Amino acid sequence: MGARLFKNFSFFSATLSFFILIGVFSVLFSYAQEALHEFGFDFLYNEVWEADEDDEGGIFGGYVPIIGTLLSTLIAMLIATPLAMGIAIFLTEIATEKMIQPVSVAIELLAAIPSIIYGMWGLFYFAPIVQLTVGGNGVGLLTAGIVLAIMIIPFMAAITRDAMNTTPPVLKESAYSMGATKFEVIKDIVMPYAKGGIIGSIILALGRALGETMAVAFLIGSVMSIPSKITDPTTSIPVLLANNFAEAQDLEMSSMYYLALILFIVSFAIISLAKFYFFRKSII
Amino acid sequence: MKNNNIIMDIKDFDFTYPGADEPSLKNINMPLKRNKITAMIGPSGCGKSTLLRAMNRIHDLYPGNTYKGEINLYSSDGTKQNILTLKKENDFIELRQKVGMIFQKPTPFPMSIFDNVAYGLKLSGIKDKTEIEKRVKEALKDAAVWKETKDRLKKSALGLSGGQQQRLCIARAVALKPEILLFDEPTSALDPISTGAIEELISQLKKEISVMIVTHNMQQASRLSDYTAFMYLGDLIEYDKTNNIFLNPAQKLTEDYITGRFG
Repeated sequence: MGARLFKNFSFFSATLSFFILIGVFSVLFSYAQEALHEFGFDFLYNEVWEADEDDEGGIFGGYVPIIGTLLSTLIAMLIATPLAMGIAIFLTEIATEKMIQPVSVAIELLAAIPSIIYGMWGLFYFAPIVQLTVGGNGVGLLTAGIVLAIMIIPFMAAITRDAMNTTPPVLKESAYSMGATKFEVIKDIVMPYAKGGIIGSIILALGRALGETMAVAFLIGSVMSIPSKITDPTTSIPVLLANNFAEAQDLEMSSMYYLALILFIVSFAIISLAKFYFFRKSII
Repeated sequence: MKNNNIIMDIKDFDFTYPGADEPSLKNINMPLKRNKITAMIGPSGCGKSTLLRAMNRIHDLYPGNTYKGEINLYSSDGTKQNILTLKKENDFIELRQKVGMIFQKPTPFPMSIFDNVAYGLKLSGIKDKTEIEKRVKEALKDAAVWKETKDRLKKSALGLSGGQQQRLCIARAVALKPEILLFDEPTSALDPISTGAIEELISQLKKEISVMIVTHNMQQASRLSDYTAFMYLGDLIEYDKTNNIFLNPAQKLTEDYITGRFG
Protein backbone atom coordinates (compact mmCIF):
# COMPACT_ATOMS: atom_id res chain seq x y z
CA MET A 1 0.00 0.00 0.00
CA GLY A 2 2.67 2.48 1.10
CA ALA A 3 5.01 1.40 -1.66
CA ARG A 4 2.30 1.86 -4.27
CA LEU A 5 1.37 5.27 -2.95
CA PHE A 6 5.01 6.28 -3.03
CA LYS A 7 5.42 4.96 -6.56
CA ASN A 8 2.38 6.91 -7.74
CA PHE A 9 3.55 10.03 -5.96
CA SER A 10 6.99 9.93 -7.56
CA PHE A 11 5.44 9.22 -10.95
CA PHE A 12 3.16 12.22 -10.47
CA SER A 13 6.09 14.44 -9.44
CA ALA A 14 8.18 13.30 -12.37
CA THR A 15 5.48 13.98 -14.94
CA LEU A 16 4.35 17.25 -13.34
CA SER A 17 7.19 19.32 -14.82
CA PHE A 18 6.32 18.02 -18.25
CA PHE A 19 2.68 19.12 -17.89
CA ILE A 20 3.70 22.52 -16.54
CA LEU A 21 5.89 23.00 -19.57
CA ILE A 22 3.05 22.17 -21.95
CA GLY A 23 0.62 24.27 -19.91
CA VAL A 24 2.81 27.37 -19.99
CA PHE A 25 3.43 26.97 -23.68
CA SER A 26 -0.27 26.65 -24.53
CA VAL A 27 -1.25 29.65 -22.41
CA LEU A 28 1.42 31.82 -24.04
CA PHE A 29 0.48 30.53 -27.47
CA SER A 30 -3.27 31.12 -27.13
CA TYR A 31 -2.91 34.58 -25.54
CA ALA A 32 -0.50 35.59 -28.30
CA GLN A 33 -2.98 34.58 -31.05
CA GLU A 34 -4.29 38.11 -31.67
CA ALA A 35 -0.80 39.52 -32.21
CA LEU A 36 0.25 36.48 -34.21
CA HIS A 37 -2.66 37.05 -36.61
CA GLU A 38 -2.11 40.80 -36.79
CA PHE A 39 1.67 40.88 -37.30
CA GLY A 40 2.80 37.33 -38.16
CA PHE A 41 6.55 36.89 -38.43
CA ASP A 42 7.04 40.58 -39.32
CA PHE A 43 6.81 41.08 -35.57
CA LEU A 44 10.37 39.78 -35.32
CA TYR A 45 11.81 42.51 -37.59
CA ASN A 46 9.62 45.47 -36.67
CA GLU A 47 11.33 48.10 -34.52
CA VAL A 48 8.19 50.07 -33.65
CA TRP A 49 6.27 49.62 -30.41
CA GLU A 50 3.47 52.19 -30.33
CA ALA A 51 -0.07 52.09 -29.03
CA ASP A 52 -2.82 54.20 -30.66
CA GLU A 53 -4.20 57.21 -28.77
CA ASP A 54 -7.26 55.33 -27.66
CA ASP A 55 -5.15 52.38 -26.47
CA GLU A 56 -7.21 49.99 -28.54
CA GLY A 57 -4.70 49.07 -31.21
CA GLY A 58 -1.32 50.13 -32.50
CA ILE A 59 1.82 48.78 -34.11
CA PHE A 60 3.96 46.48 -32.07
CA GLY A 61 7.23 44.88 -33.12
CA GLY A 62 9.64 42.81 -31.05
CA TYR A 63 12.92 43.55 -32.81
CA VAL A 64 14.39 45.93 -30.22
CA PRO A 65 13.73 43.87 -27.07
CA ILE A 66 14.83 40.69 -28.84
CA ILE A 67 18.13 42.24 -29.92
CA GLY A 68 18.54 43.86 -26.49
CA THR A 69 18.03 40.53 -24.73
CA LEU A 70 20.45 38.67 -26.96
CA LEU A 71 23.16 41.35 -26.79
CA SER A 72 23.02 41.87 -23.03
CA THR A 73 23.12 38.11 -22.52
CA LEU A 74 26.01 37.74 -24.94
CA ILE A 75 28.05 40.42 -23.14
CA ALA A 76 27.29 38.79 -19.80
CA MET A 77 28.32 35.35 -21.01
CA LEU A 78 31.53 36.62 -22.61
CA ILE A 79 32.59 38.21 -19.35
CA ALA A 80 31.28 35.58 -16.95
CA THR A 81 32.46 32.34 -18.56
CA PRO A 82 36.24 32.86 -18.36
CA LEU A 83 36.00 34.41 -14.88
CA ALA A 84 33.82 31.60 -13.54
CA MET A 85 36.17 28.99 -15.01
CA GLY A 86 39.08 30.77 -13.34
CA ILE A 87 37.33 30.78 -9.98
CA ALA A 88 36.44 27.09 -10.27
CA ILE A 89 39.97 26.09 -11.28
CA PHE A 90 41.41 28.14 -8.45
CA LEU A 91 39.10 26.53 -5.91
CA THR A 92 39.66 22.95 -7.06
CA GLU A 93 43.30 22.87 -8.12
CA ILE A 94 45.25 25.85 -6.86
CA ALA A 95 43.89 27.25 -3.59
CA THR A 96 45.30 25.95 -0.32
CA GLU A 97 43.02 24.20 2.16
CA LYS A 98 42.73 27.40 4.22
CA MET A 99 41.58 29.55 1.30
CA ILE A 100 38.97 27.20 -0.17
CA GLN A 101 36.43 27.65 2.62
CA PRO A 102 36.24 31.48 2.76
CA VAL A 103 36.29 31.88 -1.03
CA SER A 104 33.59 29.23 -1.47
CA VAL A 105 31.38 30.86 1.15
CA ALA A 106 31.84 34.27 -0.49
CA ILE A 107 30.85 32.84 -3.88
CA GLU A 108 27.76 31.17 -2.45
CA LEU A 109 26.73 34.36 -0.65
CA LEU A 110 27.06 36.31 -3.89
CA ALA A 111 24.66 33.83 -5.49
CA ALA A 112 22.15 34.44 -2.71
CA ILE A 113 21.87 38.22 -3.19
CA PRO A 114 18.44 39.16 -4.63
CA SER A 115 18.68 40.59 -8.12
CA ILE A 116 17.07 43.93 -7.20
CA ILE A 117 20.05 44.63 -4.95
CA TYR A 118 22.39 44.07 -7.86
CA GLY A 119 20.17 46.46 -9.84
CA MET A 120 20.37 49.21 -7.24
CA TRP A 121 24.07 48.73 -6.69
CA GLY A 122 24.59 48.78 -10.45
CA LEU A 123 22.55 51.91 -10.98
CA PHE A 124 23.90 54.05 -8.17
CA TYR A 125 27.46 52.85 -7.91
CA PHE A 126 28.51 50.96 -10.98
CA ALA A 127 26.77 52.91 -13.80
CA PRO A 128 28.67 56.15 -12.99
CA ILE A 129 31.94 54.21 -13.14
CA VAL A 130 31.04 52.85 -16.57
CA GLN A 131 30.08 56.35 -17.65
CA LEU A 132 33.42 57.74 -16.49
CA THR A 133 35.55 55.04 -18.09
CA VAL A 134 33.87 54.28 -21.40
CA GLY A 135 31.39 57.14 -21.83
CA GLY A 136 27.68 56.98 -22.57
CA ASN A 137 24.87 57.68 -20.12
CA GLY A 138 25.84 55.16 -17.54
CA VAL A 139 22.81 52.99 -18.12
CA GLY A 140 22.86 50.89 -21.27
CA LEU A 141 23.81 47.56 -22.78
CA LEU A 142 27.32 47.42 -21.36
CA THR A 143 26.33 48.22 -17.78
CA ALA A 144 23.49 45.72 -17.90
CA GLY A 145 25.76 43.09 -19.42
CA ILE A 146 28.50 43.54 -16.81
CA VAL A 147 26.13 43.44 -13.86
CA LEU A 148 24.39 40.41 -15.37
CA ALA A 149 27.81 38.79 -15.62
CA ILE A 150 28.49 39.50 -11.95
CA MET A 151 25.15 37.93 -11.09
CA ILE A 152 25.70 34.70 -13.00
CA ILE A 153 29.38 34.19 -12.13
CA PRO A 154 28.65 32.63 -8.71
CA PHE A 155 26.27 30.08 -10.26
CA MET A 156 28.66 29.11 -12.98
CA ALA A 157 31.63 28.99 -10.66
CA ALA A 158 29.85 26.89 -8.03
CA ILE A 159 28.51 24.30 -10.49
CA THR A 160 31.77 24.13 -12.42
CA ARG A 161 33.69 23.72 -9.17
CA ASP A 162 31.45 20.83 -8.12
CA ALA A 163 31.91 19.20 -11.52
CA MET A 164 35.68 19.60 -11.37
CA ASN A 165 35.77 18.19 -7.87
CA THR A 166 34.37 14.91 -9.19
CA THR A 167 37.61 14.25 -11.12
CA PRO A 168 39.05 11.18 -9.37
CA PRO A 169 42.31 12.11 -7.60
CA VAL A 170 43.97 8.98 -9.01
CA LEU A 171 43.31 10.21 -12.56
CA LYS A 172 45.11 13.44 -11.79
CA GLU A 173 47.88 11.52 -10.04
CA SER A 174 48.41 9.35 -13.09
CA ALA A 175 48.75 12.42 -15.28
CA TYR A 176 51.23 13.92 -12.82
CA SER A 177 53.10 10.64 -12.72
CA MET A 178 53.64 10.94 -16.47
CA GLY A 179 55.28 14.29 -16.00
CA ALA A 180 52.35 16.64 -16.52
CA THR A 181 52.44 20.12 -15.00
CA LYS A 182 49.55 21.49 -12.98
CA PHE A 183 48.40 23.51 -15.98
CA GLU A 184 48.47 20.43 -18.22
CA VAL A 185 46.52 18.39 -15.70
CA ILE A 186 43.84 21.09 -15.54
CA LYS A 187 43.70 21.48 -19.33
CA ASP A 188 43.87 17.81 -20.35
CA ILE A 189 42.31 15.93 -17.45
CA VAL A 190 40.14 18.10 -15.23
CA MET A 191 38.46 20.21 -17.93
CA PRO A 192 37.54 17.28 -20.23
CA TYR A 193 36.41 15.24 -17.26
CA ALA A 194 34.16 18.05 -16.02
CA LYS A 195 32.92 18.97 -19.52
CA GLY A 196 29.35 17.94 -18.80
CA GLY A 197 29.15 20.01 -15.64
CA ILE A 198 30.80 22.99 -17.30
CA ILE A 199 28.30 22.98 -20.16
CA GLY A 200 25.50 22.52 -17.63
CA SER A 201 26.66 25.53 -15.68
CA ILE A 202 26.80 27.62 -18.83
CA ILE A 203 23.27 26.57 -19.79
CA LEU A 204 21.88 27.42 -16.37
CA ALA A 205 23.65 30.77 -16.33
CA LEU A 206 22.40 31.50 -19.83
CA GLY A 207 18.85 30.77 -18.77
CA ARG A 208 19.18 33.09 -15.83
CA ALA A 209 20.73 35.88 -17.93
CA LEU A 210 18.03 35.63 -20.61
CA GLY A 211 15.20 35.90 -18.13
CA GLU A 212 16.69 38.32 -15.61
CA THR A 213 14.28 41.20 -15.12
CA MET A 214 14.86 43.42 -12.11
CA ALA A 215 18.57 44.14 -12.34
CA VAL A 216 18.39 44.67 -16.08
CA ALA A 217 15.34 46.92 -15.74
CA PHE A 218 17.42 49.24 -13.56
CA LEU A 219 20.40 49.26 -15.86
CA ILE A 220 19.52 48.80 -19.52
CA GLY A 221 17.80 52.16 -19.91
CA SER A 222 14.41 50.87 -21.07
CA VAL A 223 14.57 52.80 -24.33
CA MET A 224 12.83 51.43 -27.39
CA SER A 225 15.72 51.83 -29.81
CA ILE A 226 18.38 49.69 -31.44
CA PRO A 227 21.76 50.38 -29.80
CA SER A 228 24.39 51.63 -32.23
CA LYS A 229 27.23 51.30 -29.76
CA ILE A 230 27.80 49.17 -26.73
CA THR A 231 27.09 51.91 -24.19
CA ASP A 232 23.72 52.84 -25.73
CA PRO A 233 20.55 52.23 -23.76
CA THR A 234 18.00 49.78 -25.14
CA THR A 235 15.51 47.35 -23.66
CA SER A 236 15.07 43.62 -23.28
CA ILE A 237 12.09 41.27 -23.40
CA PRO A 238 11.62 40.78 -19.63
CA VAL A 239 12.16 44.49 -18.96
CA LEU A 240 9.60 45.55 -21.56
CA LEU A 241 7.11 43.04 -20.18
CA ALA A 242 7.58 44.23 -16.60
CA ASN A 243 7.39 47.92 -17.52
CA ASN A 244 4.33 47.76 -19.76
CA PHE A 245 2.23 45.02 -18.26
CA ALA A 246 0.21 47.26 -15.94
CA GLU A 247 -1.12 49.57 -18.66
CA ALA A 248 -1.32 47.37 -21.71
CA GLN A 249 -4.61 46.18 -23.17
CA ASP A 250 -5.88 44.05 -26.02
CA LEU A 251 -3.43 44.01 -28.91
CA GLU A 252 -0.49 45.35 -26.89
CA MET A 253 -1.14 42.74 -24.21
CA SER A 254 -1.31 40.05 -26.86
CA SER A 255 1.93 41.35 -28.40
CA MET A 256 3.57 41.02 -25.02
CA TYR A 257 2.45 37.41 -24.82
CA TYR A 258 3.98 37.01 -28.25
CA LEU A 259 7.27 38.37 -26.86
CA ALA A 260 7.05 36.06 -23.87
CA LEU A 261 6.46 33.16 -26.26
CA ILE A 262 9.59 34.15 -28.19
CA LEU A 263 11.64 34.28 -24.98
CA PHE A 264 10.25 30.89 -24.00
CA ILE A 265 11.14 29.39 -27.38
CA VAL A 266 14.59 31.00 -27.50
CA SER A 267 15.50 29.74 -24.00
CA PHE A 268 14.12 26.33 -24.84
CA ALA A 269 16.02 26.21 -28.14
CA ILE A 270 19.33 27.23 -26.54
CA ILE A 271 19.01 24.66 -23.80
CA SER A 272 18.00 21.92 -26.25
CA LEU A 273 20.88 22.82 -28.52
CA ALA A 274 23.37 22.73 -25.68
CA LYS A 275 21.92 19.46 -24.42
CA PHE A 276 22.03 17.96 -27.89
CA TYR A 277 25.62 19.09 -28.40
CA PHE A 278 26.62 17.76 -25.01
CA PHE A 279 24.96 14.37 -25.50
CA ARG A 280 26.40 13.93 -28.95
CA LYS A 281 29.86 14.75 -27.66
CA SER A 282 29.71 12.56 -24.59
CA ILE A 283 28.94 9.37 -26.52
CA ILE A 284 32.26 8.92 -28.24
CA MET B 1 78.01 2.70 -3.55
CA LYS B 2 79.18 1.99 -7.07
CA ASN B 3 77.10 -0.79 -8.39
CA ASN B 4 75.71 -1.21 -11.89
CA ASN B 5 73.14 -3.69 -10.71
CA ILE B 6 71.33 -1.15 -8.58
CA ILE B 7 68.57 1.03 -10.03
CA MET B 8 67.33 2.66 -6.88
CA ASP B 9 68.91 2.69 -3.47
CA ILE B 10 66.76 3.56 -0.49
CA LYS B 11 68.91 4.48 2.51
CA ASP B 12 67.88 5.21 6.12
CA PHE B 13 64.58 6.46 4.80
CA ASP B 14 61.91 7.93 7.10
CA PHE B 15 58.60 9.33 5.91
CA THR B 16 56.08 11.34 7.95
CA TYR B 17 52.64 12.44 6.74
CA PRO B 18 51.61 16.04 7.50
CA GLY B 19 50.29 16.43 11.01
CA ALA B 20 51.38 12.95 12.14
CA ASP B 21 53.60 12.63 15.21
CA GLU B 22 55.12 9.31 14.29
CA PRO B 23 56.78 8.54 10.96
CA SER B 24 54.82 6.13 8.76
CA LEU B 25 58.04 4.62 7.44
CA LYS B 26 60.99 4.02 9.72
CA ASN B 27 64.57 3.52 8.71
CA ILE B 28 64.00 1.75 5.40
CA ASN B 29 67.08 0.36 3.65
CA MET B 30 66.41 -1.32 0.34
CA PRO B 31 68.67 -1.46 -2.72
CA LEU B 32 66.50 -2.27 -5.77
CA LYS B 33 68.13 -4.36 -8.50
CA ARG B 34 68.15 -3.25 -12.10
CA ASN B 35 66.02 -5.27 -14.57
CA LYS B 36 64.49 -7.29 -11.77
CA ILE B 37 61.01 -7.40 -10.35
CA THR B 38 60.82 -6.51 -6.69
CA ALA B 39 57.58 -7.19 -4.84
CA MET B 40 56.47 -5.48 -1.64
CA ILE B 41 54.08 -7.45 0.54
CA GLY B 42 52.58 -6.82 3.93
CA PRO B 43 49.23 -6.28 5.64
CA SER B 44 47.13 -3.16 4.94
CA GLY B 45 48.58 -0.05 6.48
CA CYS B 46 52.12 -1.42 6.65
CA GLY B 47 53.39 1.45 4.49
CA LYS B 48 54.12 -0.31 1.22
CA SER B 49 52.09 2.11 -0.91
CA THR B 50 53.51 5.00 1.08
CA LEU B 51 57.02 3.88 0.19
CA LEU B 52 56.09 3.37 -3.45
CA ARG B 53 54.60 6.85 -3.66
CA ALA B 54 57.80 8.34 -2.26
CA MET B 55 59.77 6.81 -5.10
CA ASN B 56 58.35 9.17 -7.71
CA ARG B 57 57.55 11.92 -5.19
CA ILE B 58 53.84 11.75 -6.04
CA HIS B 59 53.33 12.44 -2.31
CA ASP B 60 54.37 15.98 -3.05
CA LEU B 61 51.05 16.77 -4.76
CA TYR B 62 49.78 17.14 -1.21
CA PRO B 63 52.03 19.45 0.79
CA GLY B 64 53.49 18.97 4.24
CA ASN B 65 55.28 15.59 4.10
CA THR B 66 58.64 15.10 5.73
CA TYR B 67 61.35 12.96 4.18
CA LYS B 68 64.53 11.82 5.89
CA GLY B 69 67.40 9.79 4.48
CA GLU B 70 68.18 9.21 0.82
CA ILE B 71 66.58 7.64 -2.23
CA ASN B 72 69.21 7.48 -4.95
CA LEU B 73 68.23 6.85 -8.54
CA TYR B 74 70.99 5.39 -10.71
CA SER B 75 70.06 6.25 -14.30
CA SER B 76 71.25 4.15 -17.22
CA ASP B 77 73.42 7.08 -18.32
CA GLY B 78 75.44 6.53 -15.15
CA THR B 79 74.25 9.52 -13.18
CA LYS B 80 73.23 9.25 -9.55
CA GLN B 81 70.61 11.49 -8.09
CA ASN B 82 69.10 11.72 -4.62
CA ILE B 83 65.45 12.26 -5.53
CA LEU B 84 64.59 13.53 -2.06
CA THR B 85 66.50 16.74 -2.76
CA LEU B 86 64.27 17.73 -5.70
CA LYS B 87 62.27 20.90 -5.19
CA LYS B 88 61.25 22.45 -8.52
CA GLU B 89 58.29 21.39 -10.66
CA ASN B 90 60.60 20.76 -13.61
CA ASP B 91 62.72 18.36 -11.59
CA PHE B 92 59.62 16.43 -10.55
CA ILE B 93 58.52 16.19 -14.18
CA GLU B 94 61.91 14.82 -15.17
CA LEU B 95 61.86 12.35 -12.29
CA ARG B 96 58.34 11.12 -13.07
CA GLN B 97 59.26 10.49 -16.67
CA LYS B 98 62.07 8.23 -15.43
CA VAL B 99 60.00 6.63 -12.69
CA GLY B 100 56.58 5.63 -14.04
CA MET B 101 53.60 4.60 -11.96
CA ILE B 102 50.61 2.31 -12.53
CA PHE B 103 47.69 2.50 -10.15
CA GLN B 104 45.29 0.06 -8.56
CA LYS B 105 42.41 0.97 -10.83
CA PRO B 106 42.96 1.57 -14.52
CA THR B 107 43.10 5.32 -15.13
CA PRO B 108 42.53 5.95 -18.84
CA PHE B 109 42.38 9.65 -19.63
CA PRO B 110 39.16 10.98 -21.18
CA MET B 111 40.61 10.91 -24.71
CA SER B 112 41.24 8.43 -27.52
CA ILE B 113 43.39 5.31 -27.15
CA PHE B 114 46.09 6.83 -29.34
CA ASP B 115 46.09 10.12 -27.45
CA ASN B 116 46.34 8.30 -24.13
CA VAL B 117 49.65 6.78 -25.15
CA ALA B 118 50.84 9.82 -27.08
CA TYR B 119 50.05 12.09 -24.13
CA GLY B 120 53.25 11.50 -22.18
CA LEU B 121 55.33 11.71 -25.34
CA LYS B 122 53.83 15.07 -26.19
CA LEU B 123 54.40 16.24 -22.62
CA SER B 124 58.04 15.24 -22.87
CA GLY B 125 58.37 17.59 -25.84
CA ILE B 126 58.29 15.23 -28.82
CA LYS B 127 56.58 17.04 -31.69
CA ASP B 128 57.43 14.86 -34.70
CA LYS B 129 54.22 13.07 -35.66
CA THR B 130 55.81 10.00 -37.28
CA GLU B 131 58.04 9.58 -34.23
CA ILE B 132 55.00 9.75 -31.94
CA GLU B 133 53.06 7.27 -34.09
CA LYS B 134 55.99 4.88 -34.10
CA ARG B 135 56.43 5.02 -30.35
CA VAL B 136 52.72 4.68 -29.64
CA LYS B 137 52.62 1.54 -31.77
CA GLU B 138 55.74 0.13 -30.09
CA ALA B 139 54.36 0.83 -26.64
CA LEU B 140 51.00 -0.77 -27.41
CA LYS B 141 52.82 -3.82 -28.73
CA ASP B 142 55.13 -3.93 -25.70
CA ALA B 143 52.10 -3.77 -23.44
CA ALA B 144 50.39 -6.59 -25.37
CA VAL B 145 47.34 -4.53 -26.16
CA TRP B 146 48.10 -3.72 -29.82
CA LYS B 147 45.94 -6.47 -31.34
CA GLU B 148 42.83 -5.33 -29.53
CA THR B 149 43.35 -1.66 -30.18
CA LYS B 150 44.94 -1.25 -33.60
CA ASP B 151 41.57 -0.90 -35.35
CA ARG B 152 40.14 1.56 -32.86
CA LEU B 153 43.01 3.88 -31.98
CA LYS B 154 40.83 6.95 -32.49
CA LYS B 155 38.05 5.63 -30.27
CA SER B 156 37.70 6.61 -26.62
CA ALA B 157 39.86 4.66 -24.22
CA LEU B 158 36.90 4.51 -21.85
CA GLY B 159 35.29 1.88 -24.11
CA LEU B 160 37.97 -0.73 -23.37
CA SER B 161 37.52 -3.45 -20.75
CA GLY B 162 39.17 -3.08 -17.35
CA GLY B 163 42.06 -5.37 -18.23
CA GLN B 164 42.62 -3.67 -21.57
CA GLN B 165 42.51 -0.27 -19.87
CA GLN B 166 45.16 -1.37 -17.40
CA ARG B 167 47.41 -2.61 -20.21
CA LEU B 168 46.80 0.69 -22.00
CA CYS B 169 47.97 2.50 -18.85
CA ILE B 170 51.09 0.32 -18.85
CA ALA B 171 51.62 1.12 -22.54
CA ARG B 172 51.27 4.80 -21.69
CA ALA B 173 53.97 4.49 -19.05
CA VAL B 174 56.23 2.27 -21.18
CA ALA B 175 56.06 4.73 -24.10
CA LEU B 176 58.14 7.16 -22.06
CA LYS B 177 60.91 4.53 -21.74
CA PRO B 178 61.21 4.92 -17.97
CA GLU B 179 64.07 3.50 -15.92
CA ILE B 180 61.73 1.93 -13.40
CA LEU B 181 58.00 1.29 -13.23
CA LEU B 182 56.11 1.33 -9.95
CA PHE B 183 52.96 -0.81 -9.78
CA ASP B 184 50.52 -0.13 -6.96
CA GLU B 185 48.43 -3.31 -6.73
CA PRO B 186 47.85 -3.26 -10.49
CA THR B 187 45.59 -6.31 -10.66
CA SER B 188 43.46 -6.01 -7.54
CA ALA B 189 40.55 -4.57 -9.54
CA LEU B 190 40.80 -7.15 -12.35
CA ASP B 191 39.43 -10.64 -13.06
CA PRO B 192 41.81 -13.66 -13.03
CA ILE B 193 42.28 -13.76 -16.82
CA SER B 194 43.17 -10.07 -17.06
CA THR B 195 45.39 -10.53 -14.02
CA GLY B 196 47.25 -13.33 -15.82
CA ALA B 197 47.75 -11.12 -18.87
CA ILE B 198 49.13 -8.28 -16.77
CA GLU B 199 51.48 -10.59 -14.86
CA GLU B 200 52.76 -12.03 -18.13
CA LEU B 201 53.29 -8.51 -19.38
CA ILE B 202 55.17 -7.40 -16.26
CA SER B 203 57.56 -10.35 -16.49
CA GLN B 204 58.22 -9.42 -20.15
CA LEU B 205 58.86 -5.81 -19.20
CA LYS B 206 61.82 -6.54 -16.95
CA LYS B 207 64.06 -7.07 -19.97
CA GLU B 208 63.90 -3.33 -20.52
CA ILE B 209 62.72 -1.85 -17.27
CA SER B 210 63.15 -2.41 -13.56
CA VAL B 211 59.89 -3.09 -11.75
CA MET B 212 58.63 -2.50 -8.23
CA ILE B 213 55.23 -3.97 -7.46
CA VAL B 214 53.07 -3.61 -4.39
CA THR B 215 50.69 -6.50 -3.99
CA HIS B 216 48.25 -7.96 -1.51
CA ASN B 217 48.45 -11.26 -3.26
CA MET B 218 51.28 -13.46 -2.00
CA GLN B 219 50.93 -15.94 -4.85
CA GLN B 220 51.41 -13.05 -7.22
CA ALA B 221 54.56 -11.97 -5.43
CA SER B 222 56.00 -15.49 -5.47
CA ARG B 223 55.07 -16.12 -9.12
CA LEU B 224 56.28 -12.85 -10.45
CA SER B 225 59.11 -11.36 -8.50
CA ASP B 226 62.85 -11.90 -8.20
CA TYR B 227 63.09 -10.10 -4.87
CA THR B 228 60.52 -9.62 -2.16
CA ALA B 229 60.30 -7.13 0.65
CA PHE B 230 58.06 -7.78 3.62
CA MET B 231 56.88 -4.72 5.49
CA TYR B 232 55.02 -4.47 8.75
CA LEU B 233 53.83 -1.35 10.59
CA GLY B 234 56.19 0.96 8.74
CA ASP B 235 59.26 -1.22 9.16
CA LEU B 236 61.01 -3.24 6.51
CA ILE B 237 61.12 -6.62 8.22
CA GLU B 238 62.90 -8.63 5.58
CA TYR B 239 64.19 -8.09 2.06
CA ASP B 240 65.74 -10.93 0.09
CA LYS B 241 65.47 -13.10 -3.00
CA THR B 242 61.84 -14.20 -3.42
CA ASN B 243 62.75 -17.87 -3.02
CA ASN B 244 64.41 -17.23 0.31
CA ILE B 245 61.51 -15.15 1.59
CA PHE B 246 58.91 -17.76 0.71
CA LEU B 247 60.86 -20.95 1.37
CA ASN B 248 63.26 -19.99 4.08
CA PRO B 249 62.42 -16.69 5.75
CA ALA B 250 64.91 -15.41 8.29
CA GLN B 251 62.35 -13.63 10.44
CA LYS B 252 59.59 -15.25 12.47
CA LEU B 253 57.21 -12.40 11.50
CA THR B 254 57.77 -13.01 7.80
CA GLU B 255 57.10 -16.70 8.22
CA ASP B 256 53.89 -16.02 10.15
CA TYR B 257 52.67 -13.66 7.46
CA ILE B 258 53.40 -15.84 4.43
CA THR B 259 51.93 -18.88 6.07
CA GLY B 260 48.76 -16.90 6.74
CA ARG B 261 48.96 -16.84 10.51
CA PHE B 262 48.07 -13.15 10.50
CA GLY B 263 47.44 -10.35 8.03
